Formats: sequence, structure tokens, C-alpha cells
Amino acid sequence: MKLSLTRRYDFAASHRLHAPQLSEEENQRIYGKCNNPYGHGHNYALEVTVTGPVDPSTGMIANLGDLDPFVEREVLAAFDHKNLNEEVAEFKAVVPTTENVCREIFRLLQNFPAARLERVRIEETSKNSFEIGVEDFA
Amino acid sequence: MIRITRKVEFSASHFYNNPNFSLEENRRVFGKCNNPHGHGHNYTLEVTIAGEPDPATGMVLDLKELKDILQREVMDRMDHRHLNYEVPELAGKIPTCENIATVIWQLLEPKITRGKLDRVRLYESPSLFVDCTAASPDGAGRRA
Repeated sequence: MKLSLTRRYDFAASHRLHAPQLSEEENQRIYGKCNNPYGHGHNYALEVTVTGPVDPSTGMIANLGDLDPFVEREVLAAFDHKNLNEEVAEFKAVVPTTENVCREIFRLLQNFPAARLERVRIEETSKNSFEIGVEDFA
Repeated sequence: MIRITRKVEFSASHFYNNPNFSLEENRRVFGKCNNPHGHGHNYTLEVTIAGEPDPATGMVLDLKELKDILQREVMDRMDHRHLNYEVPELAGKIPTCENIATVIWQLLEPKITRGKLDRVRLYESPSLFVDCTAASPDGAGRRA
């Protein structure tokens, strides 16, 4: 038997999908309305899954008193109510698709000291979700 | 292989306290969960069984049978109970989501005789859940 703990967070952010190496027409064709030059936004739901032994003195894999401030500091402070293209350094050069946002958030959270990060899952809307597991992250 | 999932909800109270910690340490580690008068949650439990459908019935396990097992093993024990005082399987343990899910796994596993218990997912609230999954032969656990 294996245990994991998942905590769900929310953030609201805007983005624009645009690849500078492609022509205007190609960007329009590939990204459609997500290529609108002024950008648009989503209420993202972020699920963070950690694994590890349960500390017998607390009964916990990770104390939310440690996990919540870590996620706040590493991700939410930088992403919530921000324009991802303009205000998150990684997305100056990388298109902020939710695939890439997943990978970046995994990178930002992977050094959580109290337990092992296993998975990051993001719902961009109630109809789309994206996830990256430790086995996918290289 | 097919996986089937049944969901049940129960309401229970609990608080977190380690008798080996000082008063201050308990407050620091467990925060408001340490309130000795307790507090409660509406827990949502999702139980997943994996197996091949029986060719005669087309079912992995009759959901009615699973419903009865969940009623007997989980609901009768935990619904509208105080988890610190009224559930013998949790005696001496801090009733965190991790420990409750582990106890539920241990209660259910021997009762599932058709298919195999694959996952126990216990939500304490919409923003927190724990998964218990079957460990793979190498001990690494399957992907959730």
C-alpha cells in the first residue's frame, strides 16, 4: 500500500499563446482565439501531490502548515492575479500553455523539503486538465 | 482490467493531539486542529475496485455488495462519530486523513473477494485528499 496527499489551490491569471518563431498567420491558425494579442485569463485549479512516510508523531505525510506556505511562496505569490507572459520569467521565452505551466510549477515545487513531490495537476477550466508526474519530469 | 468506483460520504469530528508533545508543541504543529473540543468534516470516500468483469454478469463486483461492505465497515464505524474516541481502529493514532485512509484500506482489503481493492481516496474537504493505492510488486506503487 502506498499513500499520497493532495492539496488543491486556486489562482487566477492571464496569458496569451503566441510563439515568436512562427508567423502571425501560423500563430492564428495554431492558437486560434488564445492568440488574441491582449491575452485572456482563467481560474486555474492547482493540485499538488506529495508522497513519503507518515510521521508517527503527527500522523502526516506533510504538515499543511509547511506545504501551504511553500506553495504560496513558490507559486501562488508569483502566479496569482498576474499576466503569465509578462510577469513570470519562465514565460518570456516559453509559451504559457498549461502543459508548460505544469512543468514550470513542478520545477518550482520539486525541492519541497518535507515530502517528495509526486504530481502536479492543473485544471485550466472545468473542461481541461493537465498533469505531470515525477516520472515525466526530466 | 476495469476499475469501478463507489462514493460515500460521512460526517465525523476529530482533533489532533500528540500526548508526547507539550501544550505549546501541539499548538505549533497542529494549529487550530489541536482545539481540544474538536471540530468536524464532511468526508467523501471514493473506493476503487479493479478486476475483470465476470462474463456471466458483466460486473467486476456487484455495486450493491460494495455498498453493503462500505456501510458495514466504514459508515457504521465512522459516520456521525468522534474519530478520537469512538473508532477502536484509530485508538492511539492521530486521526489525520492519512491515518483514516490507511485504516479504511485495512478494513476493506480483506472484505473484497471479487476484484481487488485498487484505491481508497479520502477527501477531508474539497481542497484536501489522501490516496491509498495498491503497491506494485517492486513496492513503488502504481500511478494514481
